[in-house]
Amino acid sequence: MHAITYETPKSLDEAVKLMAAHGEKARALSGGTDLLIQLRAGTRRPEYVVNIKNIPELTRISFSLQHGLKLGAAVPCIEIHENGDMRKYYPGLTEAAHLIGSLQIQSRASVGGNLCNGSPAADATPALIALGAQARVVGPKGERMVPVESFCLAPGRTVLQPGELLVEFHIPAPERRASDAYLRFIPRNEMDIAVVGVGAALTLDMSDDRVVAARIALGAVGPTPILAAEAAKSLIGKPLDAAAIDNAARLAIAASSPIDDMRGTAEFRRHVVGVLTRRTLAKAAERARE
Amino acid sequence: MANKVIVETTINGDPVELLCEPRQSLLEVLRDVLELTGSKEGCLTGDCGACTVVIDGRPVCSCLMLGVEAAGKNVSTIEGLATGAALHVLQRKFLEHASLQCGICTPGFLMSAKALLDRNPNPTEAEIRYALAGNLCRCTGYDKIVRAVTDAAATMAGRSSRTAHGGAVPAETASGMVSEMLAKGEDK
Repeated sequence: MHAITYETPKSLDEAVKLMAAHGEKARALSGGTDLLIQLRAGTRRPEYVVNIKNIPELTRISFSLQHGLKLGAAVPCIEIHENGDMRKYYPGLTEAAHLIGSLQIQSRASVGGNLCNGSPAADATPALIALGAQARVVGPKGERMVPVESFCLAPGRTVLQPGELLVEFHIPAPERRASDAYLRFIPRNEMDIAVVGVGAALTLDMSDDRVVAARIALGAVGPTPILAAEAAKSLIGKPLDAAAIDNAARLAIAASSPIDDMRGTAEFRRHVVGVLTRRTLAKAAERARE
Repeated sequence: MANKVIVETTINGDPVELLCEPRQSLLEVLRDVLELTGSKEGCLTGDCGACTVVIDGRPVCSCLMLGVEAAGKNVSTIEGLATGAALHVLQRKFLEHASLQCGICTPGFLMSAKALLDRNPNPTEAEIRYALAGNLCRCTGYDKIVRAVTDAAATMAGRSSRTAHGGAVPAETASGMVSEMLAKGEDK
């Protein structure tokens, strides 16, 4: 590994100043489970590695039924899973975080790092998109909110400009009779990279059970995670019956643009998008009705 | 030599002040700076778990963490598992159940198992298998390892009600067991 300078700011202000001062020579270090591999392989060569795990805003989960969730970008996945509010109100995002690698990985890896790494197969990203998460980005020119579906530009590339830092995710408060789910397909039980991942969030009507709001997001079936907006829109105002679910699954397949690779063919991936869309919608609905 | 920095950390309960390069992984710092070579280098990508150590109660691949990140943390390595000459009950059970052959994965398995039992003293088999899923073994297979951890948990639970000891046995007893195992192997 090339020589680096290590910085470990204690405040957001200090971190933003460091990131701004070093610009594209700096890379934020969250759990490091992707970054250290990239440093070793030479695929990323930052001169400055800025540890962001000692900054309060980046390492906290703050939730209220009124204001929703602020999830620090560097919170390790295992802390998400261990948080009762996360499991109860955002089970889809929680299960996505709890699917990323082994316990060793979950003890370090974060949802923010998962997003900033820019992999189209990132498990947490479709779950964030389904929930309508906004990424709070702070940089030398001030701060901005980026919808997570707009965050990734290409494999390994995101909207973050030199000097900018992803601080936290803002996720709306859960409605009544609303929930989410995330499912992925891998060829074994655990510890693998998604061949296809699907996240869904649903709100059902209190009286007639029709779909009031829906979001569906797809992973590993395009150069970036995909918001399947048409698929979700097709459900609005309808009861979530087999016909509605099949139609949404068909539209989700249409929104995907998978490639053939060693993990699966494009044809297989399209098929799995349909299967997982049906299953995540059913699971989110079942949770919403609880 | 590149810029070295001072890191103040705690390793196996002892305060340690060390000098390392920021680019060195915790695994390199443990092995090459502190000469604690019990943690093994396997894949260097976080897949095999041979380098597992416990940081503030959580299992971590020391190959995917910078040594400088250990500042202010409590690091537990395989070297701290036994108490003096007395093996930890997990180590003893690994010997009793023949849960190792070549042994390179063993320190990682033991540290993952230690992190599990510290958090959950009475795990189910599924919980044990989940907690050990980040550790790969290519020769013994997993059943004997799972049996050892199950037995260790039961033993520790039983013992804690009888004595104040943390479930350690003298190293001589354990090395006696190894000799017995080796002797049995020669009979075949």
